[in-house]
Amino acid sequence: MQTSQPLKPPVVESYDELLGPGETYSSVTARISDIVLYPLLKTPWGWIGGFIAAGLLLMLYLYSLATLFTVGIGIWGINIPIAWGFDIINFVWWIGIGHAGTLISAVLLLFRQDWRTSINRAAEAMTIFAVACAGVYPLIHTGRPWLDYWFLPYPSTLGMWPQFRSPLEWDVFAISTYATVSVLFWFIGLIPDLATLRDRAQHPIPKIFYGLLSLGWRGAAKHWQRYEKASLILAGLSTPLVLSVHSIISFDFAVAQLPGWHVTVFPPYFVAGAVYCGFAMVIVLMIPIRRWFGLHSLITMRHFDVMSKVMLASGLIVTYGYFGEIFYSWYSGSIYEYFLIVNRIAGPWAWSYWSLIIFNVLIPQVLWFKRYRTNLPVLFFVSMCINIGMWFERWVIIVLSLTRDFLPTSWGVYTPTFYDWATYIGSFGLFFILFFLFIRLLPMVAIFEVRDLVHKTAHKAHEKEDHGHAGA
Amino acid sequence: MSKESLDTQGTSGRSYWRSLEELSQTAEFRARLDREFPREAAEMRDPVSRRSFLKLMGASMALSSLVGCQFALKQPQEKIVPYVRQPEQVIPGRPLYFATSMAVQGYGIGLLAESHEGRPTKVDGNPDHPASLGSSDAWIQASVLTMYDPDRSQQILNAGKPATWADATAAIASAAQAAADGLRIISEPTSSPSVVAAIAGLSGAKWYQYDALSNDNVANGATLAFDRAVNTIYAFDKASVVVALDSDFTHGSPTSIRYSRDFASTRRLENDSLSMSRLYVAEPSPSNTGTMADHRLPIKAGDIAPMAQAIAAALGVAGVTAPTLSESVAKWVNVAVADLKAAAGKSIVIAGESQPAAVHALVHAINASLTNVGKTVTYTEAVISGPTGVASLKALVDEINAGAVKMLVIADANIAYNAPADINVAEALKKVPTVVHLGLYNDETAALANWHINGAHYLESWGDVRAFDGTVSLQQPLIAPLYDGKTFLEVVAVLAGNATATAYELLTTYWKSVQGTKDYAFDKQWQISLHDGTVAQTTAATIELTAKVGGEIPASGTGLELIFRPDPSLRDGSAANNGWLQEVPKPITKLVWDNTAQISLTTAQKLGVKNEDILELTYQGRSVKAPAYIVAGQVDDTIVVHLGFGRTQAGKVGTNVGFNSYALRGTETMWFGNGVEVKNTGVNYTLASTQEHFNLEGRDEDIYHTTTIAKLIEEKAHGEKGHKKHEIFSLFPAYDYSKGYQWGMSIDLNACNGCNACVVACQAENNIPVVGKDQIWRGREMQWIRIDTYFAGDSTNPSIYQQPIACMQCENAPCEIVCPVAATVHDEEGINNMVYNRCVGTKYCSNNCPYKVRRFNFFQYVDEETPSLKLQRNPDVTVRVRGVMEKCNYCLQRINESRIDADRENREIKDGEVITACQQACPSQAIVFGNINDKSSRVAKLKELDTKFTVLDSLNTKPRTSYMTKLTNPNIELSGKME
Repeated sequence: MQTSQPLKPPVVESYDELLGPGETYSSVTARISDIVLYPLLKTPWGWIGGFIAAGLLLMLYLYSLATLFTVGIGIWGINIPIAWGFDIINFVWWIGIGHAGTLISAVLLLFRQDWRTSINRAAEAMTIFAVACAGVYPLIHTGRPWLDYWFLPYPSTLGMWPQFRSPLEWDVFAISTYATVSVLFWFIGLIPDLATLRDRAQHPIPKIFYGLLSLGWRGAAKHWQRYEKASLILAGLSTPLVLSVHSIISFDFAVAQLPGWHVTVFPPYFVAGAVYCGFAMVIVLMIPIRRWFGLHSLITMRHFDVMSKVMLASGLIVTYGYFGEIFYSWYSGSIYEYFLIVNRIAGPWAWSYWSLIIFNVLIPQVLWFKRYRTNLPVLFFVSMCINIGMWFERWVIIVLSLTRDFLPTSWGVYTPTFYDWATYIGSFGLFFILFFLFIRLLPMVAIFEVRDLVHKTAHKAHEKEDHGHAGA
Repeated sequence: MSKESLDTQGTSGRSYWRSLEELSQTAEFRARLDREFPREAAEMRDPVSRRSFLKLMGASMALSSLVGCQFALKQPQEKIVPYVRQPEQVIPGRPLYFATSMAVQGYGIGLLAESHEGRPTKVDGNPDHPASLGSSDAWIQASVLTMYDPDRSQQILNAGKPATWADATAAIASAAQAAADGLRIISEPTSSPSVVAAIAGLSGAKWYQYDALSNDNVANGATLAFDRAVNTIYAFDKASVVVALDSDFTHGSPTSIRYSRDFASTRRLENDSLSMSRLYVAEPSPSNTGTMADHRLPIKAGDIAPMAQAIAAALGVAGVTAPTLSESVAKWVNVAVADLKAAAGKSIVIAGESQPAAVHALVHAINASLTNVGKTVTYTEAVISGPTGVASLKALVDEINAGAVKMLVIADANIAYNAPADINVAEALKKVPTVVHLGLYNDETAALANWHINGAHYLESWGDVRAFDGTVSLQQPLIAPLYDGKTFLEVVAVLAGNATATAYELLTTYWKSVQGTKDYAFDKQWQISLHDGTVAQTTAATIELTAKVGGEIPASGTGLELIFRPDPSLRDGSAANNGWLQEVPKPITKLVWDNTAQISLTTAQKLGVKNEDILELTYQGRSVKAPAYIVAGQVDDTIVVHLGFGRTQAGKVGTNVGFNSYALRGTETMWFGNGVEVKNTGVNYTLASTQEHFNLEGRDEDIYHTTTIAKLIEEKAHGEKGHKKHEIFSLFPAYDYSKGYQWGMSIDLNACNGCNACVVACQAENNIPVVGKDQIWRGREMQWIRIDTYFAGDSTNPSIYQQPIACMQCENAPCEIVCPVAATVHDEEGINNMVYNRCVGTKYCSNNCPYKVRRFNFFQYVDEETPSLKLQRNPDVTVRVRGVMEKCNYCLQRINESRIDADRENREIKDGEVITACQQACPSQAIVFGNINDKSSRVAKLKELDTKFTVLDSLNTKPRTSYMTKLTNPNIELSGKME
């Protein structure tokens, strides 16, 4: 794929800067927009191969969903007492992954962290696609999915409203709000770049396509002013969502009275876990993309260093949560809570708990060292571990808590079936199909923001005043 | 654990049935069904579960049953008109109840059958009948499903080809004439006076009775003791000390319903009484009765006889010398004897059916020496005459082999399946020129007969039957025979040359002749008898007898003992095609859809056997393969196998389920024998059970309270009221439940023996589907009430606790707040209602239910396609579709029925008026239901007692179902300490 890049720069790793040496406005613009505007028929084979692979996974996903709808959710391994299994684990996992995007684009925007600029677009896209993957699960996990619209408060002729005390009902609003705001924020952020693409496109089809999408953006000062205002508002809206969405999802568990679910630390612990897992996913996606598309000078080692630090910090919060759970189980004096922890640590499924500890607590400790934070293979491995570890965390919380609750007579065992795996692995198909389309059709790095960064870097380097924005 | 190994429901493979199955899948058939039931057609279908249902319930028979059941399903070709005049008594939507009776091993149990617009949907005990007193058991509850079983034989067959009743009668009558003295009849034991008289009227014919679970030992024991046939009746309600020697008197026999109730009445602490009876049980493997014991002694079946001798000797029965017993057994016997002596005249010693006749004779002598006779033990004339056991079958086969039999009529007895292995019935039947089989199913025996006549179910029949105490009750049909089945009485009449008489005519003719009354007087008496369900003044009179010791006590053997037991659910296997019975979790083990070779932990370790290992059991040169299952409380060096499985031609549900342990049985070792050889094949088998974990995990205080009566008395004396529970405060005002009806339930753990009557009754009442072994293995059983079993103490002789658990109807129901669509909501009377139509199926409610009593339709479990099964359903209860959560709701439909009655009569619902299905079935009356706001109601009073507790009280769910502490009354001599 690199060969298809006309402006393949020499690989010079930058450890302290957010931008590689020698990047100019035009080099940045060309580097990013050329990936998108490359002629259709000369689409790189790597992309096509990846797209087909993702498509096959998507077919698996659609097959498992079709079976689910026609046969029933009994095709999964769930039972009584373990009525939630892969469906909810994957739901929470995907939603968690989405968090990094929002955090990067909204929270870091408010905190004026410049390093976010080259990664926020892809991270946000990841958020939206992850939320799409996540959003499917609550819809399909019901016994009669064709009646899911009953979750919505619509004026029904039956006079029935949803039951607003249920955390699942809160989820409906939390997720739909989150998805809406994320899409809006992402799209608004895309508009100046879409206009750039419109202007640079030579073929009429992309011209029209990007022309329609860019909503008449001309780069006027008025436009920029409105743009800045809108993104600030949306950032302001998104910031509480970063906290609220996963807090509310944690309520699905914390509000229930099941030992292992009924834990007050869950909201912050879930949010930290989501950020943890989300950043890990960003790193997992960025490392290959950066390499394949030669974006070394836009996504520098500095970015990975900073992201690793965020990961380390959120990982420590999560670790605190793990130890907190153990402490509360003893301190609560409840035999059920105590049994639960003993069962997690030493029960028949202890291996899953210890996997979680190894993946989420022990391995990420290497991130204390800059040497490893900037070593991409190590970082990739650690990030993968965190993604797996966070999946195990949901497994431990959801499944292990359900297997052994109050009455020993109703204890059960959960064994995932083929369809459990198919609906999980298949959801990567949906994710990657969307992601491949994204990198082919939309600028995966925010062009205008990096150009802003070029400006600032230049400014810093030359200690010279240079006011004004870069035009489209 | 491959999926294949779970697939035990093979079809029976007859091409004739297969072709119908194919036919039933044709487009026209589907279109026809969908036209008739457009709602179901519109609902999303589920091919996979439907396929498993075809296996389970046999929808292949759908087509022919459509033809069979004419009144409710298939509209006649002629123009139909609605009722111009409503038939008398029939009010659409209101069930009618008719007294009838069912024969269990030949003895009658009086029943009330519930009929909805001509369809019997449920049976329950007849309160006026001595054998039921209004209760029933799982076997009886499930019998209604057998009637609607689509796999029932639906036509007369001659050499496998359909024939008419006219053909059959002509052929049978002429064959009978030709056979002359060579006519033999073999049937299941029957006490029916009309049948007995009819057979007696057949000159030259000889009648044999065979029941694989025959209590011949009991009859022979009585003959040894009294030199005559005698029927023994025990009055457990009058006994304060009971010693059961391998006798499971509260479960699985024609008397167990009555005995359960009588026994429970001596264990109940209502009205401030503080005394209860004491039960000693010596048995090889834990039985339901064993779980109730104050002292349970695991002992080999062969060691019971010396024990009985020791008891007799200790009581001074003449002519008995005490054998040497091991120290622990001797101590147990001494303590029991001391208690028996102290309770002379108020005690019972009872031996089980599987014990040899000599033990029964000894027990008669023991009861006599304890002056129990006439008080707790009474004797009457035998109710079923003649041998009914293996001796009888052997005599018949000997006759056949001698060439004396020209024609054999087999009524219901499935001798080709349930005969002991050393009697080759199949070979013998080949030697008989004409074999006529009458039965509900085209079963193993029918396949060997020249003529098969499809039988009528008892709910379709006219008949009569005598109860354990001799009381005659009538059987009246609740529905015209679905497939024109015939009764035994009719077939006997054909043998006598009367081919046209109906069962009704035959029955009334007989009773007219017996009662000798004129038509008018007879009709009046007849109506009364039908209405009451019992015929007045037919109870057998007590006779006074002196017992003597007789018979040879078999020496207790050595080596591994093989013990045969009727399956707790399927019994002899005749109901193997009944999904409710296959799927009801067996007491103690909670296994479903299989029988096992039960073994103790120590013996398993000694033999290197693990649970689910397939063992090859070889006994007397015959061998079978059986999965091992380790049972706590079973005595070492024994293997218990249950009968009733391994059917080869039971129907779609029961064929090839489990292994056939009749193949190990011998005429000399019908119940137990020594020297079985065990080989571990090392192959693994998958067993499905509804409960995996039997340990209380130290949660007794929250889940299961147990104490001793002595401790309770001491607490009372010291004025201790148990420890007061911590009041839990809430920021929110509690709902005011002080007005109106507030429904509540109390379950007496002291009375419950875990017999499963409630489980099947609930299934029948609430249209609960059968899901099959695979689904149970996946943890998806559907029964709304379950009986939790806990083992406490050491594994060799644990205390076994049984606890029925259904939805607790929590006042602070955790399920309700988490449902996003308000599909489970509380009503003002305290019931947690499940609104099936509203349920989307998030299953969140189940996750948040601490009792895990909610059940989910993971697939389309309910068979909406087999017409005959639709007829069985209770029209007052919604049939749930795929994707919907369900659970117990205190039989809301019954509450509403009473409410309507009460409203119409402008009164309150009376205490005891609403009876839930589980409560109604419970033989020991452990379940009490009612309005807890009415302080005078029985349930409210029970809830006031100190021994009441609620499960998981610490969660503050405030359950409406409470429990009465399990009490035991141990003898301090044996328990060693006052616990």
